Amino acid sequence: MRARAASLGLVPHLILWGGLLLVAFPIYMTFVASSLTPQQILAGMPLLPGSHLLANYRSALFEGVAATSGESVARMLWNTLVMALIIAIGKIAISLLSAYAVVFFRFPLRMIIFWMIFVTLMLPVEVRIVPTYQVVADLGMIDSFAGLTIPLIASATATLLFRQFFLTIPDELVEAAKIDGAGPLRFLVDTVIPLSRTNIAALFVILFIYGWNQFLWPLLVTNSAQMTTIVIGLTRMIGTGDGRTDWDIVMATAILALLPPALVVLLMQRWFVKGLVETEK
Amino acid sequence: MQRRVVFRGKTLPYLLVAPQLAVTLVFFFWPAGQAFWLSVHRQDPFGLSSHFVGFANFAAVLADPDYLDAIVRTAFFSLAVTVLVLVPSLLLAVMADRVVKAAAAYKTVLLLPYAVAPAVAGVLWLFLFYPGLGPLAFALRALGIDWNYLLNGGQAMALVIVIAAWKQISYNFLFFLAGLQSIPRSLLEAAAIDGAGGARRFWTIVFPLLSPTAFFLVIVNIVYAFFETFGVIRSVTAGGPGKSTEILVYKVYYDGVVALDLGGSSAQSVILMAIVVALTAVQFRYVERKVHY
Amino acid sequence: MAEVSLRGVRKSYGATEIIHGVSCDIADGELVVVVGPSGCGKSTLLRLVAGLEEISAGEIAIGGKVVNAVEPKDRDIAMVFQNYALYPHMTVRDNMAYGLKIRGLSRPEIEARVKRAAGILQLDAMLDRKPRQLSGGQRQRVAMGRAIVRDPQVFLFDEPLSNLDAQLRVQMRVEIKRLQQSLGTTSIYVTHDQVEAMTLADRLVVMHGGIAEQIGPPLELYERPATVFVAGFIGSPAMNLLPAAVVESGIALADGTLLPLPAEGGGIAAGRPLTLGIRPEHLAAGGDGAALRVTVELAEMLGADTVIHGRLGDGSLLQARLPGAARAHAGDSLPLAVDPGLIHLFDRETGRRI
Repeated sequence: MRARAASLGLVPHLILWGGLLLVAFPIYMTFVASSLTPQQILAGMPLLPGSHLLANYRSALFEGVAATSGESVARMLWNTLVMALIIAIGKIAISLLSAYAVVFFRFPLRMIIFWMIFVTLMLPVEVRIVPTYQVVADLGMIDSFAGLTIPLIASATATLLFRQFFLTIPDELVEAAKIDGAGPLRFLVDTVIPLSRTNIAALFVILFIYGWNQFLWPLLVTNSAQMTTIVIGLTRMIGTGDGRTDWDIVMATAILALLPPALVVLLMQRWFVKGLVETEK
Repeated sequence: MQRRVVFRGKTLPYLLVAPQLAVTLVFFFWPAGQAFWLSVHRQDPFGLSSHFVGFANFAAVLADPDYLDAIVRTAFFSLAVTVLVLVPSLLLAVMADRVVKAAAAYKTVLLLPYAVAPAVAGVLWLFLFYPGLGPLAFALRALGIDWNYLLNGGQAMALVIVIAAWKQISYNFLFFLAGLQSIPRSLLEAAAIDGAGGARRFWTIVFPLLSPTAFFLVIVNIVYAFFETFGVIRSVTAGGPGKSTEILVYKVYYDGVVALDLGGSSAQSVILMAIVVALTAVQFRYVERKVHY
Repeated sequence: MAEVSLRGVRKSYGATEIIHGVSCDIADGELVVVVGPSGCGKSTLLRLVAGLEEISAGEIAIGGKVVNAVEPKDRDIAMVFQNYALYPHMTVRDNMAYGLKIRGLSRPEIEARVKRAAGILQLDAMLDRKPRQLSGGQRQRVAMGRAIVRDPQVFLFDEPLSNLDAQLRVQMRVEIKRLQQSLGTTSIYVTHDQVEAMTLADRLVVMHGGIAEQIGPPLELYERPATVFVAGFIGSPAMNLLPAAVVESGIALADGTLLPLPAEGGGIAAGRPLTLGIRPEHLAAGGDGAALRVTVELAEMLGADTVIHGRLGDGSLLQARLPGAARAHAGDSLPLAVDPGLIHLFDRETGRRI
């Protein structure tokens, strides 16, 4: 089979390059645009980056744009980073504990609680938009990191993943630990968590990206420009006709908005792939 | 399923599940309950009180031509996205499976769209196709097409379909590739010995073995198109022009948050919930055990 | 004093009783092997002593103290598992030190103990390796090291050699015996391998269907098995067990072969259904007047002996172990002689020794 493929030789590569172009083209053009002046953009885009790279990014990061009330993109980056980290770490921690309880203990209501967690898979934020917003507002969590993160922190997928993994830990390991004198918490910290390292890394990648790319929820829950995330801020920058759009800054912001998740995927690719595959099982 | 060996503990397990349970109750079940409650009540004009109206809201929603349009629109949108994404992903996966060694490098780049937020993807493509500004808009003009998605509903729909599909390529590609790589070489070799050529091997062996993966991806893509494309719609067209890209999830948002029709929006939420449940049930029942890695 | 005593120990899972009242007193420093086929309850019994399962009825005492309600970690026991149960993410040193660390021993004390155990088991070079870098035999030694550092009252071994290849098993068996004798720690060892059981045990407990059929030194079980099951279980190849009955002049087998009556057979009523047992190694090549005659089906040449598989007149199978390279071919009619003193008689219904 492989020998045959050699005779087809270039065709797979051509097709794959076609795919690469399709994928990379929008990102590349955005990058090029982020290095030009607005005039250059309007005049018809060249294919190579221009000279305004640093100027535009500096402007975006530190000066902001009128459309976002002058809030700097640096601030938005910070907000998004904090939010994504809290969501990723929070989800992992909470799901780890819940999965541990459900797997390693027998207690009344165990199955009911497990099903309650499981059912949330069928309740993405999009189907409970208004009431969830109401709850957050009632709790006074609007425009706060708590409001941005806590409602998103109970994840069924992470719990299911950990549960699946915990079920594969050999019984004898648990017994050896019992004889060694380790109680449940000790066993969790000394043995279960170290053994879960790759799962945690994989989940972290997926959840960080999930948190960073959130749109609907931050849209609802943040009103003040200071708490805007970069994804929301970006969309606000595009004028709807009456306002002027600083395309060069917009493009720079777009690149900044996709850079961290892209870096995470590129640098932690192995865990990313594992995370994607595992969470769909 | 339960382990054979467990720990003793009366209060500890409850403490461990408490955080997740608390968040789940406060931010999932309570609002979901609220959604149900709101969906069967109607607010009086001043918003001071509400009265029980049974299924009236649902009836109104389902009788509303805008809503029915939205249903058809969403169905069309999700099917189009699904088809548009499956074919190139499969093709790329088959090619990547062929090259084996270089596959890793191609894979790395092909994973990028997953990292891009739907809203940001919207911005990237919006720019490319912006009338009077975007390079591809110019190109289309040069080809004689009167391109202006800000005014033309069909063009707007086409654009968001392309964007939504673009974003999903990574995911589909990855799963197809994994599926292809899990097909034992010995099967294909046996077929080759039996005299089957490349194309026949693909259609009679590879494709059938890949169909559980494909079915799984169809469901995933439909769910994705229903719910995770909110960012795309909002950033590119905001449902317009003239509601031509208003899919169901966007409508729930618009009616509830912008138009402040709580009853109607909640009824829509409940209907959407039913759709998710149905789709998830299908996913778990028919797909769960069949996809192996 | 670290003696272990089991009194009427019972274990049920729901409505099913697995262990039906086992009693045994294990002396301080003794190595008792609990042996039996799969499902006989031997591992369950061990786990009851360890405290990993709760006892349903009866009493277990370690060092004179009843431990029914005591947690495993407080019973002063150490266990060596079949699958080693080493913490995969910890080094050998950390694996051995873990239990001591939890008990709050001082660093120097832990170091000293680990060093001593590593020395005894020749693990010094491997202290900083992780389990996945070790071979099966090495992992098993680490598992034992983990038990030794604890310096417990009782060692519990749960089929520790089952996962090793045959040659390694023989080697480790000897090591374990030597180790236990030099440390003098009371040990309970579970295995399904009767050779392992015979060579390791100070005393054997043969378990079958949740009861202890016989308890005693290996040789006693070999020479005077209390039941048909023990008779067939101990010794390899297994004892020949044939239906028989007392007649006037001796014991008659099903095909009419007459054997001399052994001394203890004196008081048996004629016609009472019996099972007669004779070990293959206790059959010798006989002359023409020999009591037994078999038609040879197969002769296994093992070098030092030959195992003959033959059939008696009525078709029942008889195995004989003859020294050297016996000249026997398929189809031959082979006469076999037997010493009446080596014949075992069991009641056919109860299986008990007469």
